[in-house]
Amino acid sequence: MADVDFTHTTVEMRGIVKKFGSLVANDHIDLTVHKGEVHALLGENGAGKTTLMNVLYGLYQPNSGEIFIKGDKVEVTNPNIAISRGIGMVHQHFMLIPPFTVTQNIILGKETSGPFGVLDIQKAAEEVKAISEQYDLYVDPDQKIEDISVGMQQRVEILKALYRNADILILDEPTAVLTPQEIREFITIIRNLTFQGKTVILITHKLREIKQAADYCTIIRRGKRIDTVEVEKTTEQELASMMVGRSVSFYVKKEARIPGEAILQVKDLVVRDNRNLKAVDGLSLEVRKGEILGLAGVDGNGQKELVEALTGLRRVESGGIFVHERDVTNRDPRDIIDSKVCTIPEDRQKRGLVSDFTVEENIILENFDRKPFSSRGVLNFQAIRDYAGKLIDTFQISPPDGTVRAGTLSGGNQQKVIIAREVSNDPDLLIASQPTRGLDVGAIEYVHSSLVAQRDKDKAVLLVSLELDEIMDLSDRIAVIYEGKIVGIVNAVDADENTLGLMMAGGGQENG
Amino acid sequence: MAMLNSLGFILGTTLMYATPLLFTSLGGVMSENSGVVNIGLEGMMTFGAFAAATVGYFSGNPWLGFLAGGLASGFLGFLHALACVTFAANQVVSGIAINFLGPGLALFLSRKFFDGATMTYNLPIEMKMPKYFNNMLPEGTFVRQVLNQDISVFMAFTLVLLIWFLLYRTKLGLRIRAVGEHPKAADTLGVNVSRIRYLCVILSGVFAGFGGASMSLAVASNFFQTLISGQGFIALAAMIFGKWKPHGAMVACLIFGCAQAMTIFIGGTGLRVPQEFLSMAPYILTLVILMGFVGRAVAPASDGIPYIKDES
Amino acid sequence: MGKFIKRLFSGTIGVTIFSIVIAFIMGGAILLLAGYNPVQVYMVMIEGVFGKPKNMAWSVIKATPLIITGLSVAFAFRTGLFNIGAEGQFIVGSTVAALFGYYLHLPPLIHIPLVFVGGAFAGGCWGSIAGYLKARFGIHEVISTIMLNWIALYGHNYVVGMPGFARRTNISCDIQDSACITLFKNWKFSEVGRTWFGAHPILRDIFKTPLNSGFLVAVLLVILVWYILNRTTLGYRLRAVGFNKDAAEFGGINVKKSIVLSMFIAGMLGGAAGALQVMGVARNISTLAAMEGYGFDGIAIALIGNNSAFGCLFAGLLFGALKFGGARIQSPPVRAPMEIINIMIGTIVFFIAIPRLIRMIIRWREKRKGDGDA
Repeated sequence: MADVDFTHTTVEMRGIVKKFGSLVANDHIDLTVHKGEVHALLGENGAGKTTLMNVLYGLYQPNSGEIFIKGDKVEVTNPNIAISRGIGMVHQHFMLIPPFTVTQNIILGKETSGPFGVLDIQKAAEEVKAISEQYDLYVDPDQKIEDISVGMQQRVEILKALYRNADILILDEPTAVLTPQEIREFITIIRNLTFQGKTVILITHKLREIKQAADYCTIIRRGKRIDTVEVEKTTEQELASMMVGRSVSFYVKKEARIPGEAILQVKDLVVRDNRNLKAVDGLSLEVRKGEILGLAGVDGNGQKELVEALTGLRRVESGGIFVHERDVTNRDPRDIIDSKVCTIPEDRQKRGLVSDFTVEENIILENFDRKPFSSRGVLNFQAIRDYAGKLIDTFQISPPDGTVRAGTLSGGNQQKVIIAREVSNDPDLLIASQPTRGLDVGAIEYVHSSLVAQRDKDKAVLLVSLELDEIMDLSDRIAVIYEGKIVGIVNAVDADENTLGLMMAGGGQENG
Repeated sequence: MAMLNSLGFILGTTLMYATPLLFTSLGGVMSENSGVVNIGLEGMMTFGAFAAATVGYFSGNPWLGFLAGGLASGFLGFLHALACVTFAANQVVSGIAINFLGPGLALFLSRKFFDGATMTYNLPIEMKMPKYFNNMLPEGTFVRQVLNQDISVFMAFTLVLLIWFLLYRTKLGLRIRAVGEHPKAADTLGVNVSRIRYLCVILSGVFAGFGGASMSLAVASNFFQTLISGQGFIALAAMIFGKWKPHGAMVACLIFGCAQAMTIFIGGTGLRVPQEFLSMAPYILTLVILMGFVGRAVAPASDGIPYIKDES
Repeated sequence: MGKFIKRLFSGTIGVTIFSIVIAFIMGGAILLLAGYNPVQVYMVMIEGVFGKPKNMAWSVIKATPLIITGLSVAFAFRTGLFNIGAEGQFIVGSTVAALFGYYLHLPPLIHIPLVFVGGAFAGGCWGSIAGYLKARFGIHEVISTIMLNWIALYGHNYVVGMPGFARRTNISCDIQDSACITLFKNWKFSEVGRTWFGAHPILRDIFKTPLNSGFLVAVLLVILVWYILNRTTLGYRLRAVGFNKDAAEFGGINVKKSIVLSMFIAGMLGGAAGALQVMGVARNISTLAAMEGYGFDGIAIALIGNNSAFGCLFAGLLFGALKFGGARIQSPPVRAPMEIINIMIGTIVFFIAIPRLIRMIIRWREKRKGDGDA
């Protein structure tokens, strides 16, 4: 426990209300943070945590409520005011400019410059170096953001705040992109910062991290503050039920099964990424009937390219992909869908849905040119409507209206539309790439049970996820991907987080 | 000797024709580096050319005319900024509107001021942009052939340097590029995205106006209906060709200018090459070059995307 | 039906009507500032369009190519492409139509469709070049079509001047009568025709113009485009690519092929407009010093018509009327510059570009009303 100074309230927010149209994102939220503490904000996706912090940082204007920073009432009408009061924010999606260097990113908006606004990059780089040494946050000031690792990008984000003399740091879901080991390092960094007198507000939905890192925790549910608790005196279970509003089962119910023959075989696959580097580099794996194979790994180790190659969206350089022992390497997406391979794509908005199409139109995306949805090139709207209506019922898609634009649905319902479309094709292999990203707990449970249901129907499931917990809960076997190779395959029952974490960081050995 | 003479002619003509394109192209560079697509350069250039010729004619002072060209198009730039920044318009659509408004206003006012004609009166040589080096450079030499240019030519190339310095060496330039790449990141650091975009889009109009002015006050000696006809679009292509960079745009404009010079040169030699194919050449060349090298050139990441701060 | 009307006016059509009203107000203000009487100018304009049956016929004739270039742009828009190249496709279509129309000697029943299809197909090929450049090399269609417009223009000028085809400087030979679609083109000048028209002065007036069947073709094309976009798998496929090419690709649609196909269809429409213009009105082609603007007007028409097929029909007619009526205001007594039309069109497009302004006004009024109640 750091030296929390209870006599000094650093941040106090009173009765914050923020509405977006008819949606009340923050409904009279109070928050008190003391100097030197790590204060966690816990809540599901869309609960209003980030909105609250955007209000504090001046990105949003509250409809009502008051903000006190270090005892002064402040109208935070823009980020400049927040910055001048010592607040720094690290957003979940990094606010970094890829073609700019580390230094340029850090100094932007508070540049060191000579006469006529001429930049003094040399001096700025030295300043950056000095702060990075002071706080043990190693970065290379002259490298471009697009060339450095995610971990270093995160340090750049923190340095951006420290460069502006921030003593209150808001960190929004900072560990989403890190390995378990990196997370441990990160927690040390946070601790280090509080010892140097900084205050940290940590937005997260991961209970374990709160237990490890935070002193206090404020729970937000559907825009309302539920409670503020001292972390030491509470359990993960209690936190979870406060977050969701009911008790949550952490474990997915799943009977043991004996897997059958291999449906998908990948042999020595090599795939290049957009920068023409080998993202998948000699990867082999098998997914068998009646099993969920979880692919664990840190973001950017070739998962995206692997899934794209499997679905025919990216060219395979060498190696082979076989479905039911039929070679489907470099076949187009149509062929692969016809080989009974269906996919829940990583990015709903980008790949999964045509958000300007109606739900009906989205549901027939893969079958629009087949009977009964069309004949001789003319669409049959009655058949489309009937079919969509059936799926909307079965999958409980809300609103239950096929003619609404898919883009207006909630994230969870959008995902249901995709699952409905893919599962109703009755695939032999279902590839689920980060299927729960950005969903709330209810929707996550739904997605998980759908995946297990596929497995129980004796189908093969390949689950690609960055959430190690999800992989460990759902999988029968776990393969770990690192730098485009499988570095190990373990049975889920034998897996422990530490070993997996080491493998994800490239420290494992071949034992598959 | 004849060869050197021809070369001098080609180089000189290249510089002359590249200049209006270059000014306008630099306008595109400013606007698009801040994240606002400006397809309205054509309309801005036309209006600028008209305003310059008109003010130049009535005041008798080419400098006033040149400035007026910039200001007039700067006004169109302001309209474009108003639509694209304040009202988060579709930037291409707003640009199309400018392309109707610019020529529309120019011809309307031209008929008003010049007895119903869609052309302004001819400017006598002393009312055109001056050629300061006319007397300094020795008669009949290669250097004179190349460098005896209107002052606007030198201004355009100086502007390349200035804009390069602005974008890559100053605080403002860093902010402009940041806003074009990732406006939200800039916003979170307290950079005023709207103000920077307004500034850049208005400047883009001003430069396009200078481009028009250097057409009507230097290359030609009046404004008429087909004076600009497409040069704004070519300048836009040159900017893309030049990968959104001022020096790149300069190279592209020189290539286009050279193609035009070659057309005139070959036309003068009496070689049996149809005029039309020569005129076509720069456009074909652009496509070929885009196919080969620039295909992967990337625009500023947020070019063309309105930045909407808060939906409430 | 009531729901339909309500949706019509609360959405984009409301914005369009608002924009048109603003354009007339702005146009009036500019005329007033320039020392003209806006009421008088608008009266002359309206009189010019609706005053005589002949004038209405002229408006329709003017509108015909614009409706089709508008369709071309709108079709591309709906499939996610920005076809600045309708201009060039129009030129290519008219060039090929003129060549086919002059050099082929066939009975009208074969000649007319052949010239039309030839022009449309040429335009389609021209458009698909831009589609191919985008699909294969990632060149943005805005840039490639601008280039292709100029290449088309100079190619056209070359053809006009070809020995054997040039009738005199800058003008080509006329197409054969068998390729001409002007209604009653020979009959109306024949002895019988003149007598008949003598007895029917209104019809005589109308047919004094080169009234032709092009407008009917335009209406048919409007219906066809609507049907393709909204009722066929082809339309579904192209729209899916237009809205989200990544999702379309994911769903097994060949995106590159769709882009080329879409530009081919858009180009065919542009080419068809050019062919009809030659077959129905111009009968020959002449050297172009600059772009004629059919394609650029098509962009404005597509925007004003909200990229819907029927929208293009109405916007095209509005445009045709403005163009024809606008030309009338130049003559005495008003002598106002006809370019006020371009300013008005620019204003319409400008306000269509900023629907947020109108939504902001509505919200602001609601808020004020709300404050008043509280």
